[in-house]
Amino acid sequence: MSATLEIRNLHVSVEGRLILNGVNLTVRQGEIHALMGPNGSGKSTLANTIMGHPAYIVEQGDILFDGQSILDLKTDERARLGLFLAFQYPVAIPGVTVANFIRTAINARRRALDPQDKGISIPEFRKLLKAKMDFLQMDYNFAGRYLNDGFSGGEKKRVEVLQLAALEPKIAILDETDSGLDIDALRIVAEGVNALAGPSLGVLVITHYQRILNYIKPQYVHIMLEGRIVESGGADMALKLEEKGYDWVREKYGNGAPQAV
Amino acid sequence: MTKRITSLRPIPYIRADVEELSRSRSEPAWLLERRLRAWEIFESLPMPGPKDESWRRTDYRAIKWDAVAHLVPGRQAPTGLPESDSDGGLIVQSGAETVRAQLAGELAAKGVIFTDLTTALAEHGGLLREHLMTRAVLPENGKFAALHGALWTHGILLYVPRGVDVTLPLHSIWWAGEPGTIMGHVLIVLDENASVSYIHETASPTLQEQALSVGATEIILGPNSSLRYVQIQNWGRHTFEFGHNHALLTRDAHLEWVINSIGSRLSKSFVRVELEGEGASATVSGIYFASDGQLLDHDTRQNHKAPRTTSNLLFKGAVKGTGRSVWQGMIHVHPGAQKIDGFQESRTLLLSEGAHADNIPGLEIEADDVKCSHAATVGRLEEEPIYYLMTRGVPRAEAERLIIEGFFAQVMDRIPFASVRERLGEEIAGRLNGSG
Repeated sequence: MSATLEIRNLHVSVEGRLILNGVNLTVRQGEIHALMGPNGSGKSTLANTIMGHPAYIVEQGDILFDGQSILDLKTDERARLGLFLAFQYPVAIPGVTVANFIRTAINARRRALDPQDKGISIPEFRKLLKAKMDFLQMDYNFAGRYLNDGFSGGEKKRVEVLQLAALEPKIAILDETDSGLDIDALRIVAEGVNALAGPSLGVLVITHYQRILNYIKPQYVHIMLEGRIVESGGADMALKLEEKGYDWVREKYGNGAPQAV
Repeated sequence: MTKRITSLRPIPYIRADVEELSRSRSEPAWLLERRLRAWEIFESLPMPGPKDESWRRTDYRAIKWDAVAHLVPGRQAPTGLPESDSDGGLIVQSGAETVRAQLAGELAAKGVIFTDLTTALAEHGGLLREHLMTRAVLPENGKFAALHGALWTHGILLYVPRGVDVTLPLHSIWWAGEPGTIMGHVLIVLDENASVSYIHETASPTLQEQALSVGATEIILGPNSSLRYVQIQNWGRHTFEFGHNHALLTRDAHLEWVINSIGSRLSKSFVRVELEGEGASATVSGIYFASDGQLLDHDTRQNHKAPRTTSNLLFKGAVKGTGRSVWQGMIHVHPGAQKIDGFQESRTLLLSEGAHADNIPGLEIEADDVKCSHAATVGRLEEEPIYYLMTRGVPRAEAERLIIEGFFAQVMDRIPFASVRERLGEEIAGRLNGSG
């Protein structure tokens, strides 16, 4: 059975301000969805709420993974269920190598399943990491570098995709993965995502611009405005946005400023 | 009204203690004379207190001087000592007694001396007379330096002759199984073009009654010599430690110095690098971890007295529970010392609400063609990195551990011995898990 992420009538506030206003969205393993919308429409809030960021307060509604509410789960527990968030701004962790970090994350998953687990052996892990890096055509020296420390924008996003490849989640959210990338870096990152996409991975691509969708082809496109998904459709919806911008969406659905809680 | 602060009680040793110590060891006249001179300086100096800039954050009033002021003979066999992986030589001293001393035959054959100070006095008196508290640490350096000069109880001499490159590392351990005072001395002398690696550590079990350690480290590096020196302070939590650690570098000498403080209840450590010869360079790295009830205090000086000298200091520490740390640093560039590259950086991570740290950098520059800078921060764990790691399935406690290990990695990487890195890594992980 394929895993399903289901968002029901989600209302979310941050620091007392209501940002999400009743979001409904279902992403299944094997599907590629794009969530588009102007800046400030609540796209990143949705991504971080799904992952359980403590600053985002669910006021109403629910988030279900395979039919079970995950609202009471901590961020790491949600991740171990099979959720993954590629960050818009990946965080630098000085002193912790990419390899050490990915191994720790893999072992955390194994230990959650079996507390007696001794963790992945070093040779086994090396083999796995090399295979993933080969698959993504990455230089092995990434493994020994400190996570995102001094990385260029493109390198950070590539390492996000490497983590995605190594951790094999069921549903991955890519939050503005295209931001800050030149066209070559964007292509490389998108190729990585495409290589991973398939029946065992569901993808929610969050983006402001249409251009990443030239590379990652969604089956479904949703438009978010003022904390709600106001339009959903097929791939042609993205082209319409590219052509016409967001003004027609604002005219049709806009309501002014988000309300206080 | 001039009323002494009663809590800053004078240290109850007397001149007769110095004479008795020296007589009981049948020391030569020059040494008794040197001890008595130090004693006079000790008597002439006031007890350091809150009015002295170096001491205003170092409250040592908890010391019960009457209970602690007796020199420990130290005959107990040490237990639970760290494993030694050094091939070149090992000296173990328990209290003031030497319980083990060995040196690889090939090193002895090359003229390397690695022995306790009692033996050194009998066999290499000239070396001690020339170097012991005459150049690097002087009784005039402070109250505790003077006390040490008068009453030092034991110690180690490492001497590497001209041109000898010692590839096998040397190791020494001081063990203190009893309460009371010990005053250990490390004297390292490298002749021209000599090089060696050396690890020195102190350890004791935590006892009910207090102990006092008044130590000194003297490092004297001849022209173009090179020393890698790691010192690990891991006294029990009943111990108050006062130490002067001074290195003197002549022309083109190179020092890589790692100072690690994890033990003791209170430690006040003066670390001084004197760059006296043109082209000398020093790297000083500090790692400390202060848990509940500990105060770890480092007072560092990088004195550039000659042109084209380089110093690079990096201290990193974590403070937990009610622990405290102090770092005060100074780069001093003397007049005429041009083309200087001096750097100091100190970063402390506070791991709990009650933890406290002071980091105070300082520059004093009296030459114009220099490159000197500093960085000092006291911070707490930030939420965003923890959240980032948790989104990959890593539980919070493990995410925090990873970030803290990462914080230390930069300075750990500067330790030249894998075994020491591993042990410190385990020690830090243990501290984070709450054991101690």
